[in-house]
Amino acid sequence: MANVFSNIGDWVNERAPGMMPMYRAHMTEYYAPKNFNLWYYFGSLAILVLVNQIVTGIFLTMNYNPSAAGAFDSVQYIMRDVEWGWLIRYMHSTGASLFFVVVFLHMFRGLMYGSYKKPRELVWLLGMLIFLVLMAEAFMGYVLPWGNMSFWGAKVIVSLFGTIPVIGNTLVEWIMGDFLPADSTLNRFFALHVIALPIVLLLLVVLHIAALHEVGSNNPDGVEIKKGPKGNRWDALKPTDGIPFHPYYTVKDLVGVGFFLIIAAFIIFFAPTFGGWFLEHDNSIAANNLVTPAEIKPVWYFTPFYAIVRMIPSFLGTAVWGVLGMFGAIVMLFLMPWFDRGTVKSIRYRGTGYKVALAIFVLAFIGLGAVGAGITAEVIPKWFGDVDLTTWENAFGRLMTICYFGFFAFLWAYTYFGWEKTKPVPERVTTHD
Amino acid sequence: MTKRLTTMKHLFSTAALAFGLLFGSMQAHASEEGGAELMKSGANVHDRASLQRGAQLFFNYCVGCHSLKYMRYSRIAEDLNLSEKDVMKNLNFTGANFQDPIISHMPADMAATWFGKDPPDLSLEASAKSPDWIYTYLNTFYLDPHSPIGWNNTTLPNAAMPFPLWELQGMQTAEMKHGSHEVEKLALSKPGKMTPAQFQQATRDLTAFLEYTSEPAALQRHHYGIWVILFLAFFTFLAYLLKSEYWKDVH
Repeated sequence: MANVFSNIGDWVNERAPGMMPMYRAHMTEYYAPKNFNLWYYFGSLAILVLVNQIVTGIFLTMNYNPSAAGAFDSVQYIMRDVEWGWLIRYMHSTGASLFFVVVFLHMFRGLMYGSYKKPRELVWLLGMLIFLVLMAEAFMGYVLPWGNMSFWGAKVIVSLFGTIPVIGNTLVEWIMGDFLPADSTLNRFFALHVIALPIVLLLLVVLHIAALHEVGSNNPDGVEIKKGPKGNRWDALKPTDGIPFHPYYTVKDLVGVGFFLIIAAFIIFFAPTFGGWFLEHDNSIAANNLVTPAEIKPVWYFTPFYAIVRMIPSFLGTAVWGVLGMFGAIVMLFLMPWFDRGTVKSIRYRGTGYKVALAIFVLAFIGLGAVGAGITAEVIPKWFGDVDLTTWENAFGRLMTICYFGFFAFLWAYTYFGWEKTKPVPERVTTHD
Repeated sequence: MTKRLTTMKHLFSTAALAFGLLFGSMQAHASEEGGAELMKSGANVHDRASLQRGAQLFFNYCVGCHSLKYMRYSRIAEDLNLSEKDVMKNLNFTGANFQDPIISHMPADMAATWFGKDPPDLSLEASAKSPDWIYTYLNTFYLDPHSPIGWNNTTLPNAAMPFPLWELQGMQTAEMKHGSHEVEKLALSKPGKMTPAQFQQATRDLTAFLEYTSEPAALQRHHYGIWVILFLAFFTFLAYLLKSEYWKDVH
């Protein structure tokens, strides 16, 4: 039997001699730093979730009906009459939320250890593009079940484009193909969700990884292992502090996958709606343009960005500033490699200013999420009694918005004017023997 | 099943329940429409007997107006351990086929004339509102001479539905807050066929049944979930051993 396999292997190698070198370059002879910590699991987990979304998505597509008249019913058909349909749908809906959990943590890792810095700017930019496409993909997917929150969420989000002066209203109609989210909207969102965006997403993921493997992975010490001593057990010319990605990191990531799947299974089997955070109550009501949900708000992963729209007031006769602010919040992240002029990568050796600023940035992001999710609207009257909710919420939300954008301004000044007092960076990763 | 496995299963159910409660308590938004505090329903979808009693109540008192268009009679039989004969004789009063969905035989246009609106389908009511909301709603009807239908409800003020369970609960009247239109509390002014405790149990059963119809898969979810997690824990353990073995020589 082994003979048969090696014969097939030889047969293929003879005809595609470039395949084994490629496999080696990306797996067995890709030398990753040996000091990866917990934060380095989320890249491979993101790939795992992507595969899950595609596979479960294929099966959902087989039974879903992309029409305003049939979409909502077909989701219930999947939940009740399709064999294992409930499991496939919950894997997909839970996967969507966990995708963002994993991606947020993956991005935070990049900020902590300076993975966006030279020479990895392209890796970061491609990653940010993935994030952008992922947001579009998630938004369109959220509309497909055609529940009432899908409908009103789509209406509110698409209407944001209506704030653009002159062309706004025409643009909104062009996007929806109607005056309201309707059959035509659902049809095009379905096409974009199941074909167009996934193709772009897959291409970007391949480029993201290819760009990473060109320059090599960063690590918690922010040390370039390629610049360190050469020679390891496998290759006399490769970095001493590198270990082959396969098998070392494939088996290590397998443990991460195991833990992640246990958490995912807990949610899928015991709390698939996650208390209304992953699947919202109002989406159990079919789309109805006459009945507005008590409170229209996006799914949790969009809430920080949605809050920025809400917190920026309209002036000069237009409300476009909030929308610009929301897109600006993402553009800022794109530009991280140029805001940050510091040469020290890892937070371990950076100045206190950076540590404090990053902590405030994270808190601002969470605070904005709380505003966008309506948590502040609930908590403020509870904690402070009979106060003017709008004033308090705006004060808090605007402070958080300033902190969010302030992070980038501070970071630029902090590093441009040389205010940062860094610690000496070690020559090699700290865990070497 | 061995005793140890049963214990494990019990342990896991308890953990899962704790997990569920944790996230139940941090509901993204409370589904209150009347603004009143919701009572705890205590409904349990895993209690077959309760589901069966709830189904009986639903088909005696609700199906006249409300459909469960996403539920089939056959599915109820399967999940509630009822025979086809039981269901067709005791629950199906519309002459529908065993495989058919549960559609009320009230004509929609008539309903709209009688009640001012078409009675909503209740298949997904428990996930759209919440089981606690349904339970509270069913326990907070009161006689209101100012309402055109004679009934009102503190959970859903000016509800279009006259109280269908009045012969079971009896009639509640409202004590108003002094000098206002706000209801202070409800009192049973005329007892019905059931004691208050019996009525609470009946509405708990009905709530459990509607919670079940909103997601019949919940029964399977909990059943398989335990085994999936046990398997994954074992898989993770093996992966950990494999990792440790490989990483022994990384210093």
